Amino acid sequence: MKMVSAIVKPFKLEEVKEALRVVGIQGMTVTETRGFGRQRGHTEVYRGSEYQVDFVPKVKVDVICDDDQLAQVVDAIMTAARTGKIGDGKIFVLPVEQVYRIRTGEMGPDAL
Amino acid sequence: MPEMDTGDTAWILASAALVMFMTPGLALFYGGLVRSKNVLGTIMQSFFALGLVSVLFMMFGYTLAFGTDVGSIIGGLDFAFLRGVGAEPFANAPTIPHNVYMIFQMMFAVITPALITGAVAERMKFKGYVMFLALWSILVYSPVAHWVWGGGWLGFAEGGVAALDFAGGTVVHINAGIAALACIIYMGKRKGYPQEAIRPHNVPMVILGASILWFGWFGFNGGSALGANGLAGTAFVATHLAAAAAILGWLIPEWIQHKAPTTIGAATGAVAGLVAITPAAGFVEPWAAVLIGFAGGLVCYIFVSLKPKLGYDDSLDVVGVHFVGGIVGALLTGVFATLAVNEAGADGLLYGNPGQFMKQLIAVVATVVYSFVASMVILFVTDKLVGVRVSEDDEQMGLDLSQHSETAYTAEGGGTSIHS
Repeated sequence: MKMVSAIVKPFKLEEVKEALRVVGIQGMTVTETRGFGRQRGHTEVYRGSEYQVDFVPKVKVDVICDDDQLAQVVDAIMTAARTGKIGDGKIFVLPVEQVYRIRTGEMGPDAL
Repeated sequence: MPEMDTGDTAWILASAALVMFMTPGLALFYGGLVRSKNVLGTIMQSFFALGLVSVLFMMFGYTLAFGTDVGSIIGGLDFAFLRGVGAEPFANAPTIPHNVYMIFQMMFAVITPALITGAVAERMKFKGYVMFLALWSILVYSPVAHWVWGGGWLGFAEGGVAALDFAGGTVVHINAGIAALACIIYMGKRKGYPQEAIRPHNVPMVILGASILWFGWFGFNGGSALGANGLAGTAFVATHLAAAAAILGWLIPEWIQHKAPTTIGAATGAVAGLVAITPAAGFVEPWAAVLIGFAGGLVCYIFVSLKPKLGYDDSLDVVGVHFVGGIVGALLTGVFATLAVNEAGADGLLYGNPGQFMKQLIAVVATVVYSFVASMVILFVTDKLVGVRVSEDDEQMGLDLSQHSETAYTAEGGGTSIHS
């Protein structure tokens, strides 16, 4: 199993969620987060002083999938989250050792 | 001798309630501007003034400001603990009960020292604040109120300077503004200022607070007519127009300079306009109120923009808004005041009386010198006895937790009750 952790633009969340549903993903975890990459930050103005704000608001979507689903999942996120402009985000893929469903005790792909 | 008037009484009671509400409004205005770890500490500094200053004012504050004049400097102790302050009217306001006049004045005494707290936001020790608040209220607020309104040497009493201050430009705003400067100089900058971007944590809270201030200001200025009459209407109209024009006075240069008309700018501009019109509200024509408000917004914007170059940490711009706006208002009152609006006032520079401008200047300088020196002495004494600034660790942790053992915005769970 793999964990796909995608940092995307907040307004792209709905499209990413729909795209993942279409490829058969049944659950995900979403976190509001902040960070910067090549986009760097933006400028804010408070009472006549300008501030450089480095951390830009982003949304992190975590999905666990079976190995054979990985390409589809990555492709779904990549397509849905892309605007072509700087700041579209990143996708990280990590190996997952085990998954348990707390209610039933099921393990592995059955618990997804 | 005019008779007691029920309409006047009703309006001043309502105005007292409006002015009371300005202090929690100020708490939200300031609270939104600080970081989330300091929001309760900041709100508490204003809210606590409602507690301590009200009680002190009942005991000594009122009588020192409005008791029988002693040497044009201070009020006597005849009204200590509000003795004799009842339903019968008092010379300052002959158509309303004395206790109604007193409670209206009490609300001014509460908000004035609370204004100072914004200058040294996020770093004042609460214990030190309590002591500073008590001493400042009695030793600075009451004497200055006496000088201007209580029959002292700056007001209209026999032999007085006869400076015009309709609702507290000198007594409230210049007084608090210069005391704020003393606090900034004494206490120094916040840790991390100005290298780190210390940003407001809740901008809608700032706008709500400013709106409550604006709303309460109708009582502050309108009530200062001390009657439900045409003068109250004049002051009410001037107050609204000045706040409105000041939004423009702040936003136009901000938009040009930073390409951004900000909501905090609009709110701050409105407050600057309200400060500027305070001494003038019952003495000027509506067009002059617009000019005074616009000037207040514009000059405060310029001054606040220069703050980084001045190199001091006036955290929430108390000097930049209340001191600067207060001076703009006090001096422009000496320009635009006219007897056509208020027979009990005076003509200003524009109406052929340049002397009034000088009188205004004298009142400003007197307030600045006394309040600055007295505030410095109070800070020094308080610091030696209980300390005025939090420790570096407490500052890092934030006032909410370090001074009040509370957190403003909590997540569910994660703790158990110690006493249950």
